[in-house]
Amino acid sequence: MFSSTPREKRRRKIERIAAVTCFLFTMLLVVPVLAILTYLVVRAWPALSLDFILENPQNLMQSGGIWAPLVGTFCLVWLTLAISAPIGILAGIYLNEYARDNWFTRVVSLAVVNLAGVPSIVHALFGFGAFVLTLGMGKSLLAASCTMSVMTLPVIITSTREALAAVPISFRMACWNMGATRWQTIRTIVLPNSMSGILTGVILQISRTAGETAPILFTGVVFYAPVAESGFASILPYSVDQPFMAMSMHLFTLMTQVRGVSEEMQYATAVALVGLILLISGGAIGLRTWLRNHRRW
Amino acid sequence: MRLPESDIQPPRSARKRWAMDLGESSIEMLIRLCGWSSILFVLMIFFFVFREAFPLIGNSEFSFKEFFTSINWRPTSEIRETYGVLAMIVGTLSVTGLSMLFAVPLGLGAAVFLSEFCTGHVKETLKIVIELLAAIPSVVWGFIGYMVVGPLVVEWTDAAIGVNLLTSSILLALMSVPVIVSVGEDSLKAVPDSFREASVALGANRWETIYKVLFPAAKNGLLAAVLLGVGRAIGETMAVLMATGHSTRIPHSLVDPIRTLTATIASEMGEVSRGSTHYQVLFLIGVLLFAMTFLVNLIADLVVRGIRKNG
Repeated sequence: MFSSTPREKRRRKIERIAAVTCFLFTMLLVVPVLAILTYLVVRAWPALSLDFILENPQNLMQSGGIWAPLVGTFCLVWLTLAISAPIGILAGIYLNEYARDNWFTRVVSLAVVNLAGVPSIVHALFGFGAFVLTLGMGKSLLAASCTMSVMTLPVIITSTREALAAVPISFRMACWNMGATRWQTIRTIVLPNSMSGILTGVILQISRTAGETAPILFTGVVFYAPVAESGFASILPYSVDQPFMAMSMHLFTLMTQVRGVSEEMQYATAVALVGLILLISGGAIGLRTWLRNHRRW
Repeated sequence: MRLPESDIQPPRSARKRWAMDLGESSIEMLIRLCGWSSILFVLMIFFFVFREAFPLIGNSEFSFKEFFTSINWRPTSEIRETYGVLAMIVGTLSVTGLSMLFAVPLGLGAAVFLSEFCTGHVKETLKIVIELLAAIPSVVWGFIGYMVVGPLVVEWTDAAIGVNLLTSSILLALMSVPVIVSVGEDSLKAVPDSFREASVALGANRWETIYKVLFPAAKNGLLAAVLLGVGRAIGETMAVLMATGHSTRIPHSLVDPIRTLTATIASEMGEVSRGSTHYQVLFLIGVLLFAMTFLVNLIADLVVRGIRKNG
């Protein structure tokens, strides 16, 4: 009486096949990527050392390390952050706290979505036309940071908006009923309670900035601009009106523009760049997981 | 939580209250300005890219018909420069299409697996791995394509060189999968649990629930996920610059080298002189790319809005 009919057996078989297929598809994404990353590290191992990180590229980049591009990437990231974080966070506040649900807000959020979708190379053309030529910044750290800021703005806006939306509306209502104004409510109640989400978005944005190449290609990055290896000048070597080196561009240069670079050095540069980014975004993900588990409401 | 201090203080003098109102309204103004800035930036991007390409109208060395219908891209020819981007449009579309052929089943399969078949720590770990996939920068993907995937493709197929359509499609697929997985999973998660419960109560098993209930209910979100992946693949620059082989011909097989619109701008922009026809044409390609991705994103947005209204 309880034995299954052939039809039921078939249904169960199909379900199993579907589950296994979905599992295999997921593994097909995860496993090769982990394998490739492991392979990169193995190939880079002989060249990886502290000296590799702390030395300038030397001898037409055929030897030496990655200090100058590393510092350049740091400068780029911080300057980009200083420009885009305030604008992005305030824009996120506007969209979640001030904007009404009307056609204009729809246009604003459509603009955010589209800004996120504009190809990075078009951002580069825009940066070249707007910052390098029209505003007369020339090929410089500042022009590259401005270009990068426009590009990363949507990431910050979207994550800020999501973080703010996660704060229950009852918190705001309680505060308004105490007689607080909008901005007072945001400053004292909404922002402290959504700081974690905003911070995560900002950190993820940093990791994106560190890896991008195309937008800085014509706006400020150069093949070679060495920095001092000791003293104060080795920490803050580039002034905002100068071109600079960056990790992502350095990897591109080593691969396509310079001949005679050993494969170990190329692999080591790639691993250093991926390592830097995984460190930053891993930190952001860790922070988010920790904060999710420690949420107070 | 702290209460706003102004509320526990005695009434302020009129002047101070005025100052407070001023502060409030100025900060509100600032917030509004920043909110509107993204519209401004989109318009500015269009304006500045278009402005540099604008002189092409009326330029005798350039014809729009040739631009769209010729496969001859010879910007530095001594005899007669030709600016035909047809081969690059075909290149961009073929690499995008082929990568979606890999990325859509894998991405949606992974989204279904994460959302419906898997729970707890496994789910969290897999999600983090896929997020890390998104964090790998495109220049590193290009490097991986050139050094790792390319040689494998040469070994396994009869490809002449490692940098070709197939290699770059694999890279683009891996690059656009994270967005497909995360948006797809979100849209499956957005289907109310009552749908699942009702379906199971009627005797459907898990797969039948997914196939007959969840897919129709989440179809707009899944479509938007795919479109966002397409947008990402069209606009990708560095990986395709390093792994497509850079040949301006219409590809005839899966392992032919190709060239994309983005890679053309990236590789030639550094060498052109400002104001030349070649320079303007590169900006025109930028306008074309901007229009293509704008269209894809607009459709994705309309589709997502469709779910919110119906759901």
